[in-house]
Amino acid sequence: MNAWLTMENLGLTEGGTRIIDDVSLALGAQRTVVLGPNGAGKSTLLRLIHGLLHPSGGTLRWARPVSQAMVFQRPVMLRTTALANVVYGLKLRGLAADECERRARQALAHVGLERLAKRPARLLSGGEQQRVALARVWALEPELLILDEPTASLDPASSREVERIINEIAASGTRILMTTHNLGQARRIAEEIVFIDRGRIAEQTPVAEFFKLPRTAAAQDFLQEEMP
Amino acid sequence: MTEFNDAFLTAWQLLALSDARLSAIAWLSLRVSLAATLVACVVGMPIGALLAVGRFPGRRVLIVLFNGLMGLPPVVVGLLVYLLLSRAGPLGQFGLLFSPEAMIVAQAVLVTPIVAALTRQVIADEWSEYREQLRSLGASRSRAAATLLWDGRFSLSTAALAGFGRAIAEVGAVMIVGGNIDGVTRVMTTTIALETSKGDLPLALALGFILIAVVLAINAVAYALRGWAERHWG
Ligand SMILES: Nc1ncnc2c1ncn2[C@@H]1O[C@H](COP(=O)(O)OP(=O)(O)O)[C@@H](O)[C@H]1O
Ligand SMILES: [Mg+2]
Repeated sequence: MNAWLTMENLGLTEGGTRIIDDVSLALGAQRTVVLGPNGAGKSTLLRLIHGLLHPSGGTLRWARPVSQAMVFQRPVMLRTTALANVVYGLKLRGLAADECERRARQALAHVGLERLAKRPARLLSGGEQQRVALARVWALEPELLILDEPTASLDPASSREVERIINEIAASGTRILMTTHNLGQARRIAEEIVFIDRGRIAEQTPVAEFFKLPRTAAAQDFLQEEMP
Repeated sequence: MTEFNDAFLTAWQLLALSDARLSAIAWLSLRVSLAATLVACVVGMPIGALLAVGRFPGRRVLIVLFNGLMGLPPVVVGLLVYLLLSRAGPLGQFGLLFSPEAMIVAQAVLVTPIVAALTRQVIADEWSEYREQLRSLGASRSRAAATLLWDGRFSLSTAALAGFGRAIAEVGAVMIVGGNIDGVTRVMTTTIALETSKGDLPLALALGFILIAVVLAINAVAYALRGWAERHWG
């Protein structure tokens, strides 16, 4: 497997604590899920990769430049319509207005929200807002999509819908790198699991193997606690 | 006591008859202060937004400065603008002194720091919520500032309102640069000050009522607008 991203001795220290601690990791799978206990550093690692944080040490090396987009745990919607929220991301890429609108409508249709295109985005339900956020990144057609617990605050039905959309985006050829608190979801989406514990990579294992028998004690404990 | 009652009665009569002199003064007040507030918003809101999201040397100093300038004494602003606009001053050639335009300039100077400082607070709150999302989508800082100004438009009405309230209520700056010339630069506050000192209480009182009514009405409209916006846009 050719790595599209290689991290070497990556570290992030904030106020004396090492949040990301000497991480060396090569990502090559098309769908990678990062698992780990609360506060392990999953979100921080994704932010480093996305470029929202700067490492205090080590390197991030991309095999080639990759267009990327990110979906956050809580969708951030501008005070305008759902459609205009999707158009906004496209406009920032410098696309012509009619092309923005065309792509935005198409993306909203992909997430099943074309009917709500003209509704104020902030008055949509949490699940609908997250789908608008997914449409917003889908319209950008990124090569890599990073998602940080995209279903953490959603009800089961909305979670399933979001999962279906992630799978479709993956099927269109976009690489997926995500975290989730939902082990069933990790199992269904991932090819490869990266397990992180206290800022360090504990293991990087193909998904079937990970859920059968993880290599490290930390991951075994984690699975036991999360799946009684 | 009768003098007191008479003053009230005459004041109401002036209002009821919409006395020509009275309405001319009230109109001038409104025009000057609205124009000054508009200028202050056009200048102060972008400054406030850039102070909130920008990264440049001197940013902290500017924030402290603008917060401090919120409390500028109107007479000092009046004096400074007077020096700028007077014949010998750097802007003397335009002959603006003792005109409504000079009053607009003075009130705009007075109010811009208020609008900028309040805008910075509103936008800083929004920025902490939106920062990662906007950066992730590739928005530059100036683009983010513009986005947040539009997104915060309803909250920002409060900043504009505070600026207008300050402008229409101040006496010192317009008195100095306007000169309180009858029929030309006489506004509500300067007239109240003058007529009270001359003992013409009815006119002063009538203008006082209008002043209070204007401030209350504008606050009520802004309150209703924000309520509507909250329900409509979340
Ligand atoms: N800006 C920060 N300053 C200090 N500590 C932080 C900061 N951001 C995160 N942390 C800490 O770093 C650790 C990892 O956080 P995070 O990446 O959010 O974990 P996870 O997403 O795995 O739950 C936590 O202990 C958190 O409290
Ligand atoms: Mg997290």
